[in-house]
Amino acid sequence: MTVTSVMEPKMPKCWRQETKPHKFCPGCGHGDVLKALGTAIDELGIQDRVVFGCDIGCSLLSWDFFNFDSIQTHHGRTTPVITGVKRARPELICIAYMGDGGGYAIGSQHLVNAASRNERIFVLLANNAQYGMTGGQMAPTTLPGMKTETSPYGRDVEWTGNPTLGPEMVAAITPDSAYVARGTMSNLRQLTQMMKKALQNQIDGNGFSFVEALASCPTNWRTNAAKTWEFVEKEMPQYFKVGELKVPAKKEG
Amino acid sequence: MADKPIQGEKRMFVTGNEAVAYAALAANVDIMYGYPITPQNEIMHYFTRLAPKFDKPFLQTEDEISAGFTTVGGVMSGKRSFTATAGPGNTLMQESMSMAEMMRIPTVVVIMQRGGPSTATVIYSQQEVTMTCYGANGEGIRVVYSTCNHQELYDYTIKSFNTAWKYRIPTFVLGDGYQAKMRESLTMYDPEARGIKMVDTYPLVGLPGSPGVDRDPAHLRNTYNTEEELYEVVSNLVKDYEAVAPEIVESESFDCDDAEVVVLAHGVVSRAAVEAVRELRKAGIKAGHFRPITLRPFPDKELKAVANQAKKLLVVESAQGQFAKLVHHSLYGDSTPMEYIFKPGLGITSDEIINKVKAML
Repeated sequence: MTVTSVMEPKMPKCWRQETKPHKFCPGCGHGDVLKALGTAIDELGIQDRVVFGCDIGCSLLSWDFFNFDSIQTHHGRTTPVITGVKRARPELICIAYMGDGGGYAIGSQHLVNAASRNERIFVLLANNAQYGMTGGQMAPTTLPGMKTETSPYGRDVEWTGNPTLGPEMVAAITPDSAYVARGTMSNLRQLTQMMKKALQNQIDGNGFSFVEALASCPTNWRTNAAKTWEFVEKEMPQYFKVGELKVPAKKEG
Repeated sequence: MADKPIQGEKRMFVTGNEAVAYAALAANVDIMYGYPITPQNEIMHYFTRLAPKFDKPFLQTEDEISAGFTTVGGVMSGKRSFTATAGPGNTLMQESMSMAEMMRIPTVVVIMQRGGPSTATVIYSQQEVTMTCYGANGEGIRVVYSTCNHQELYDYTIKSFNTAWKYRIPTFVLGDGYQAKMRESLTMYDPEARGIKMVDTYPLVGLPGSPGVDRDPAHLRNTYNTEEELYEVVSNLVKDYEAVAPEIVESESFDCDDAEVVVLAHGVVSRAAVEAVRELRKAGIKAGHFRPITLRPFPDKELKAVANQAKKLLVVESAQGQFAKLVHHSLYGDSTPMEYIFKPGLGITSDEIINKVKAML
């Protein structure tokens, strides 16, 4: 009798096995967020039609993550690149993947205007409350009092303002045909369902789709496994409420 | 749906901006992205009036950063795409154009130069030479056509799509506010009727087939991990560029063979230079004119040949030496005496050139 001693990790079909293990740090949230995305794409059977754009920041490490055509863009510019693809080739399913710095700081004008124009693209944003790739600086999403490299005594909201509430903002400026939600890596089943709805909204040609995913960054948070999980599961959702903010009404008939 | 924007040939009396919009449609462009800025606005105005008749979309973006990057996206999807801008808009587009350089994305951008630095004037200058040729953090892997009249705006807008897609090099048509806004006659034509075949476009992403099943996915990146890795990438970009540069480079010379003074100018200023040389020749003065049409790649060999024969050179431009820097670089080691007329943001007349040449003799 032979015993298989090594378990094959269960990966979404659309993941590119040749580039695994992935390039993210141990304990990073990106892998889980991209697992939910991969699962959603598998379940919808749209792998052949996907064009994936990744931002600069840790999200850039996803440039060869999937078995679909992918563009590594510039910091903050994934939304316009993917908008350009979608406007020229509406039959493609276009996904822009970015972090909170790319989406809410340097690329915020693109997010706001793509949402306002109701671009038929899916923007997926991983929120880990700081800039990971550059070494843990304060981001628009850094929590009040949270210590980062550029807020070493804790974020002072009097001086730097309050954390950006991205989905709330997008929900406020999009029409009813948009899909807007905030999920978390601590509930992958829910996050996957959100992504499926977001993608389905694009497939149906309804409008803009936006999902923010709460994600971990133990490297820059300087947390162990237990503290990392506690921050993602307990602390972040106190400020960033998890749930759907906008769900397009089902078409009649 | 209308058939073609221009059937056969047609004599027209239009603004330069209108000529560009017609040329893009005659070149069978698929989509335009843009953001308003003077003096290029009417390119968008005419495009948005004409394009729906040919089922060609236009997207007005939130800024020129987005106009540049959406153009990049449109091109990567395999569609013949372009944008147009000027001055501070050109500044904002440099970021996307550096991505186009790095990833060999055949973008086409029409620039109508306005005064600078800063907001400056909306009218005219030749102050976007350095930026258009060498902007952003790169090595200037670009093609830049500097046009001098409406016929050339039409011809080179069409040609820029073919240059971009044939060589996969981002390509610019460098006009200016005078060319953009004034009216003059030109012959518009259907490129096909003149035997000009539009180079086929093709997708870089959104390719046919099943990625990971019957083909590899297109994984296109611009970030590299080590100095050596980047060095190899950039060296190859430069090598490829230098290999095709002789095929791309274009220039014109006029009465240079026996000239004592050769006037060097580009773009609309070369029209004053041509006029000045004609007048000087009538007065028995041996003057000539040399004009690069491509500022990138620069016609080094052709200019050197002209400089070798000339007794003196006069560089004339509506900027404080941006064109002269290209000339200096090109003529390094040549000792022909050189004088200058620099008028940043100001037009230059033939009389000014005539007087200067006479003073140089």
